[in-house]
Amino acid sequence: MEYFQQLFEQLFGTEWGAMLYSLATNMVFIYAIIIPVLLGVAYLTFAERKIIAYMQIRVGPNRVTFFGIPWLRGWGQPIADAVKAIMKEIVIPTKANKFLFILAPVLTIMPALAAWAVIPFSPEVVLADINAGLLYILAMTSMGIYGVIIAGWASNSKYAFLGAMRSAAQVVSYELAMGFALVCVLMMSQSLNLGDIVNGQQGGSMLNWYFIPLFPMFLVYVISGVAETNRAPFDVAEGESEIVAGFHVDYSGMAFTVFFLAEYSNMILVATLTALLFLGGWLPPVDMAPFTLIPGFIWLLLKIAFVLFFFLWFRATFPRYRYDQIMRLGWKIFIPLTLIWIVVIGAIMQLPDSIKDVTPLNIWF
Amino acid sequence: MIFQDVIFYIFSAILIASALGVITARNPVYSALLLVLAFVTCAGLWLLLEAEFLAITLVLVYVGAVMVLFLFVVMMLDINLDQLREGFWKWFPFGALIALVMVAEIAMVLMGKHFGLEQMPKPEAQAADYSNTKELGRLIYTEYVYAFELAAVLLLVAMVAAIALTLRQREDKRSPNPSKQVRVKKEDRLRVVAMPSEKKE
Repeated sequence: MEYFQQLFEQLFGTEWGAMLYSLATNMVFIYAIIIPVLLGVAYLTFAERKIIAYMQIRVGPNRVTFFGIPWLRGWGQPIADAVKAIMKEIVIPTKANKFLFILAPVLTIMPALAAWAVIPFSPEVVLADINAGLLYILAMTSMGIYGVIIAGWASNSKYAFLGAMRSAAQVVSYELAMGFALVCVLMMSQSLNLGDIVNGQQGGSMLNWYFIPLFPMFLVYVISGVAETNRAPFDVAEGESEIVAGFHVDYSGMAFTVFFLAEYSNMILVATLTALLFLGGWLPPVDMAPFTLIPGFIWLLLKIAFVLFFFLWFRATFPRYRYDQIMRLGWKIFIPLTLIWIVVIGAIMQLPDSIKDVTPLNIWF
Repeated sequence: MIFQDVIFYIFSAILIASALGVITARNPVYSALLLVLAFVTCAGLWLLLEAEFLAITLVLVYVGAVMVLFLFVVMMLDINLDQLREGFWKWFPFGALIALVMVAEIAMVLMGKHFGLEQMPKPEAQAADYSNTKELGRLIYTEYVYAFELAAVLLLVAMVAAIALTLRQREDKRSPNPSKQVRVKKEDRLRVVAMPSEKKE
């Protein structure tokens, strides 16, 4: 590393060399995050098809393999799907607004990948260790809706526009509940930095993780996360039985795949955030010998996989919500619940230490 | 810092170009999207000033919520552009006045030494672990708590007023009551009757 830094400084001078060197190293780090995320997306689609297939007593994808190895049958499916998507033509409808039609998938995937910048993968491994990490993630995920709205409008189709309208209303309403649930988390950890939030859950065992004192908020966050990513049972934006495929009905080939990538990348992001904020991140469930030997990164991956499994399970289990029921759940149940819980957490934090010490509250506060 | 200067000029150029685009674009949807771009680049400039909380809040509130609704309305409405352009010369003097005031303000900043601006000390650069979120929160809830509460009440009044203006009770409204639906028992819907089967003649 020292060698490359000197090389940059020789080539561009001391001031510019140092700046360009940090730019280059950051680019390398960005790729080191994005490539595993995209691979994770590819194999999440495979996991989804397999898991739902077994839940419905089917086999799922079981043909495409690598080099003819029999026990890898099905594992080549995501790669084959990607190749197929790249080869297909991107059809642009005649009456569509061409510029915005192409821009929409880009605007969807951009925030979905940019939000990964502040995610810590273990105590030291984080690209941007900024103070307002949680706010940054909220800001980035709230920008994802633009791609959906613009796609719906630019396609110049009624179905697409209906899907975009539904999606916009849904995401804006659930963002509030999600934000309030996160306010509870940052009240307990007294920090907006994701690394500090995980470290605040340290203390010996999984009893210290925030999902116990904030259990209603944990549920609200997970359900809002499902709604934010427009996944079943909240997928009225797609609603194939009502409005064909919603906002991406006119998209084909790679343009469609980019929407798909963004949706699954957002799913992994919500699962990662749930693991970090409520399930103790990289902390082992019990601070004892067999558990502490496993590196923290593996624990984080296991927790992410656990939450993602629930996402897939929801899809296989629940029928789609009706639109007015979605709005009712968001505005009339989640937002009052989160508001009350903020007051409860604030009141508990103000209790004198003598009361906290005689009750189990001293584990968390 | 020469590198930060380059970033500043790039962001400023994008900001000015997109702000001009907002008022010159023929398509209102483009105008709204260019306003979003202006907000995002503005947030980038604020990040350069180390105001990360304000920058992220600008993106979160204006880009993430306000402009989504704006875009929504602009897309739904069938806006007649000719009608919009009619009042241009009528409002031109007013706009020119505002532009003049803004030019004067910018001139005062740029030619600060003629207006005694150097008496204001330059704000000190803070360390990397300085959290201006915490600092801002403390100021809002201690020194400026009355102003903050007033702003909150104002927003609440606006919200209540908006709901009160649009709220109407319709007699013929038919909507399902979910709690009623959940509480329904089998006996409410289903009646089991004993019926002798018909005999074959």
